[in-house]
Amino acid sequence: MVEPAPQHASLRTIMTTTITFPLAGKTFRQRATQEPVWVRRSLIGLALVFLTLFLFVPLISVFYEALKKGMEVYVAAITDPDAVSAIKLTLLVAAIAVPLNLIFGIAAAWAIAKFEFRGKNLLITLIDLPFSVSPVVSGLIYVLVFGLQGWLGPWLAEHDLKIIFAVPGIVLATVFVTVPFIARELIPLMQAQGTEEEEAAVVLGASGWQTFYHVTLPNIKWGLLYGAILCNARAMGEFGAVSVVSGHIRGSTNTMPLHVEILYNEYNFAAAFAVASLLALLALVTLALKTLIEFRNKQHQKQRGLE
Amino acid sequence: MSSFKQYSILPGFNLALGFTLLYLSLIVLIPLSAAFIRTAELTWPEFWSIATTPRVLASYRLTFGASFAAATVNAFFGLLVAWVLVRYHFPGKKIVDALVDLPFALPTAVAGIALTALYAGNGWIGQFLEPLGIKVAFTPLGIFVALTFIGLPFVVRTVQPVLEDIETELEEAAATLGANRWQTFTRVIFPALYPALMTGFALAFARAIGEYGSVIFIAGNMPMISEITPLLIITKLEQYDYAGATALSVVMLVISFTLLLIINLLQWWSRRRSMQA
Repeated sequence: MVEPAPQHASLRTIMTTTITFPLAGKTFRQRATQEPVWVRRSLIGLALVFLTLFLFVPLISVFYEALKKGMEVYVAAITDPDAVSAIKLTLLVAAIAVPLNLIFGIAAAWAIAKFEFRGKNLLITLIDLPFSVSPVVSGLIYVLVFGLQGWLGPWLAEHDLKIIFAVPGIVLATVFVTVPFIARELIPLMQAQGTEEEEAAVVLGASGWQTFYHVTLPNIKWGLLYGAILCNARAMGEFGAVSVVSGHIRGSTNTMPLHVEILYNEYNFAAAFAVASLLALLALVTLALKTLIEFRNKQHQKQRGLE
Repeated sequence: MSSFKQYSILPGFNLALGFTLLYLSLIVLIPLSAAFIRTAELTWPEFWSIATTPRVLASYRLTFGASFAAATVNAFFGLLVAWVLVRYHFPGKKIVDALVDLPFALPTAVAGIALTALYAGNGWIGQFLEPLGIKVAFTPLGIFVALTFIGLPFVVRTVQPVLEDIETELEEAAATLGANRWQTFTRVIFPALYPALMTGFALAFARAIGEYGSVIFIAGNMPMISEITPLLIITKLEQYDYAGATALSVVMLVISFTLLLIINLLQWWSRRRSMQA
């Protein structure tokens, strides 16, 4: 918030009402643009009750259910060979999907933010498209292209290549659902920064890559990290799209969320929640890093404002 | 070329745009077009009969009804949470603010099993509701709970920045002209927030319609009663009914794209409103 300008200060003093509580015998002043204390407290209370019931209790229950049967059961569940292979596959998928979308995000943001061309708004809408597609449909479209009944299915079968019900399909579906994350962070950021710094670098004789590496990249590194963190969280947690293309083969095409589902459907609740608790931890780390970057950005903006 | 792109001394336009278009085509556009092209192999009556069987119609009613109810509850509580976070101070506010994004960060399957455990007859919350005759888990009510969970951040995060930008001068003017707080809220603050609130509502609604992971655990998945459309697509796929699954996914895609268009219009309206203010 901006500090109130001096001329408003006098106005603020005029605009207070004096309220006397007969029982307490206290007098205090309430600003005319503020609600009475009881309204404020009940609104805060209502919001916190809602958030507690819908957000905090589910989060806590994941850890409670995971540890309910004791540490031994917990450790056994997450060191089970199928669980370990699910964790490895999840890390592998994220390790491919995030860098691919990082390169895409930078390329898309460079073209959109640094140049003026026709059809730009359409391109931005197309980049956002995967966000509005149901995860199930995101998986299905890859089955239609690469599945046995699909366009490339017969050719793939002939060459003994497997994409659907195998790791490449899982990677593709994950890349699809995470396409917009980094691009949509970078586009507004790079648009706001304009092109003057890059133009100066080019005029002074820097090559395109030098300009990007020494001028653009330092300006966008926090936005890049922010997008990558959110992209990673979604890549590791994606369920619907991956579920359609995975085939649920234990120890080979099961990611962590799919492993949670299998354990849960086998009524192995303690183990399901144990693996789920790792994903919940990932979510908490994601939120912590996200908040940290936002805080850092605010500080940075304040400093820039002071200069 | 000159009419397509304005002149710039910066390099790399062709490379960046070329890569962007190639990547988008291979990952997004060609696979998405597969759904439409495969559906076009069906005749119109075939498509229509697949897309309107009683079981499918029941799944649309459920998906839209539960999504609408969840988005409405989210619009109300999302506005409340945004208001409390912007206007008031209370201990732990920063942590609460950060945790509002939990449904974005928490994998949907985890949310699904957690909510199911909570609202089952012997769960932390379910045990209090069961004696009252309210069953949540394995009923359409459970679907509503799951969709409310995943939709909440959309409303909070679209309303919050607009609320932060509203100038107190407007409210002071209303107060000097004799309005009480409630009048100021309904006549001054709410109209300024309205486009953002509608955008948040539409985003939560659009997300809820396609949602799968958090719903299937709590839904019970009974045909005609608690079976959502995305689940029906999976069921058809598992029965190797590719034509049926594809036809339903085209219905979903058309609905999603229409909602995307509406959201873009709402955002444009919201920006224009805030620029006028």
